[in-house]
Amino acid sequence: MDQLVFAAEVFMNGLMTGVMYALVALGFVLIFKASGVFNYAQGVLALFAALTLVGIQQGQVPFAHLINSIFGTHLEYFGWTVPVVLAILLAGAVMVLLAFLVEKLVLQHLVGQEPIILFMATIGLAYFLEGLGDVMWGADIKNLDVGLPQGISESIESVSANWFGYGFFIDRLDIWAAIIAALLVTALVAFAQYTKQGRAMRAVADDHQAALSVGISLRFIWVMVWSIAGFVALVAGIMWGTKSGVQFSLSLIALKALPVLMLGGFTSIPGAIAGGLIIGVGEKMFEFFIGPMIGGATENWFAYVLALLFLVFRPQGLFGERIIERV
Amino acid sequence: MLYREAGDFKTSYRDDGQTFPIRLDRVAYYAVLIVAFLIVPFVINDYWANAVVVPFLIYAIAALGLNILTGYAGQVSLGTGGFMAVGAYAVYKLMTTFPEINIIIHILLAGGITAIVGVLFGLPSLRIKGFYLAVATLAAQFFLVWLFNKVPWFYNYSASGQITAPTRTVFGLAVTGPSTSAAAKYLICLLFVFILAWVARNLTRGTLGRKWMAIRDMDIAAEIIGVNPLSAKLSAFAVSSFFVGVSGALLFSVYLGAAEVGEAFGINKSFLVLFMIIIGGLGSIFGSFAGAAFMVLMPVVLKNLLVGQFGWATDLAAHFELMIVGALIVFFLIAEPHGLARLWALTKEKLRLWPFPH
Repeated sequence: MDQLVFAAEVFMNGLMTGVMYALVALGFVLIFKASGVFNYAQGVLALFAALTLVGIQQGQVPFAHLINSIFGTHLEYFGWTVPVVLAILLAGAVMVLLAFLVEKLVLQHLVGQEPIILFMATIGLAYFLEGLGDVMWGADIKNLDVGLPQGISESIESVSANWFGYGFFIDRLDIWAAIIAALLVTALVAFAQYTKQGRAMRAVADDHQAALSVGISLRFIWVMVWSIAGFVALVAGIMWGTKSGVQFSLSLIALKALPVLMLGGFTSIPGAIAGGLIIGVGEKMFEFFIGPMIGGATENWFAYVLALLFLVFRPQGLFGERIIERV
Repeated sequence: MLYREAGDFKTSYRDDGQTFPIRLDRVAYYAVLIVAFLIVPFVINDYWANAVVVPFLIYAIAALGLNILTGYAGQVSLGTGGFMAVGAYAVYKLMTTFPEINIIIHILLAGGITAIVGVLFGLPSLRIKGFYLAVATLAAQFFLVWLFNKVPWFYNYSASGQITAPTRTVFGLAVTGPSTSAAAKYLICLLFVFILAWVARNLTRGTLGRKWMAIRDMDIAAEIIGVNPLSAKLSAFAVSSFFVGVSGALLFSVYLGAAEVGEAFGINKSFLVLFMIIIGGLGSIFGSFAGAAFMVLMPVVLKNLLVGQFGWATDLAAHFELMIVGALIVFFLIAEPHGLARLWALTKEKLRLWPFPH
């Protein structure tokens, strides 16, 4: 009985983690659908967004370390703090600017190249942004606090204590993350279905050349999609940053999102969510039941092996478009 | 006029089928070999061996291996780091279990073991294609690193979890362990590079290489004209993993001496080798060498420039290095998506006409 209740708790926590994975995977899917680019930099985008947010919020001087070491000054802070909402808006603006620059400097020149080349370019971009984030805001671990509630949720604990005689430990931040992710997905779907730009985006995803021929600007759509992905990255960065501090390891969540994508299919938004939940629950349950027998820390690879085995039976993932090849 | 095929007549099939059919290429190749084998060992010092030459040779083997898989057979792999770890741990277990057998045999066996592991992880490639496969190979990367971390048998139950290479000799000359001279390290790596590059060159222009390229260009079409995808894909995985395994074995036993799996063979290694073949040129033996040289030299040059010349703090320089590496990769992909090998081919084209360009 105890084992079962513990497992239920692990299951709940797995669901919550899965939501966080899905949040990152969402950014991948958006860009892949709209431009066919497999954007490895999505994780680093989240890191960069979170760093920028903290920097703006605390009034850090950008490039302080660099300026100091060239001019011998001792700049560090402007000495003001920016309110949370304004800081988030400014960080969002930075992400839009970044999307514009990426389109202008990188993607525009790589139109029509093979997917592997585009993928490599985003790895290069990931390295660049990682370095830029460190040079701009410093490499130390930062605390991010945007006023999201944290800590154990007492109401769930007391309710579950009444039902099972054991209080579940669920972080309030995770619950908020789930709610925000749900809102974000709803907003994105609504945007894609009911607005003019959303329709254009779906048209581009369907067929680049056909979209061009009916007068849709590819460049605008790409900037827009990268901006949206940047915004999703900002949200993911806020969630993960609040949870475990803003630091380099934040960018590694991209590696967690990849098996989610494989499982759900690269082109499907519902797939990203379902995949996230399956992986989140799966890896927590595996670690709980099997982990102790084989030495633990299985979370690093379990998701990949699960996705790999799954793909052998369904090569396009859960909801991915069927791969049709012609000679 | 400097570089030409004209006037270089072949009178037998033997002549026509030799590894370098153009005379100037052949002469250049022999000249490089003479310099590499007879001159460099006498002038090499510790700094050059450790910072540039030995890592270049070792990564060149890894790049050759990945290029066979990705450049020739078209199967993108992000598991190179994991396969290098297999080579390293295999050679460690062999060295400590059978100390009386020559290290060269150990290294070749380590390559063979890696080939078996590679085929195992290559099996899904028969069903999964493209990016799905690239991500699937990450499973190999993470699983193998975890395995070598968690199973104490692999590191002989040492307290630190590290593996350390004992001293082994070839013809009385120490090639592994702390007392190895720079020239010995260099020579053993050069020997493997020399043989494996020759093997790679001849494999890729023979039947097997043509099968790989047919699979790369379009696997369904290749299957229809009679290429067996099972044997072609798995042989690509096997040969590639053999190369990568040998490179991992050399990296651990000759170059590093001691290694911790997560640090020495993490995902960054996979990306590093992938960068090498992209920058060097996919589907080119020369490109593998050029890419390896570029990726090994660049950090050394940048570090000397930023820290040595400008006197910046090392952490700032490290961050800048990341930025520059990233920017250079993007720049290269934009300027020449086919890599340094393509630039080299263009140069040869120009030399062929020089000094009369019309």
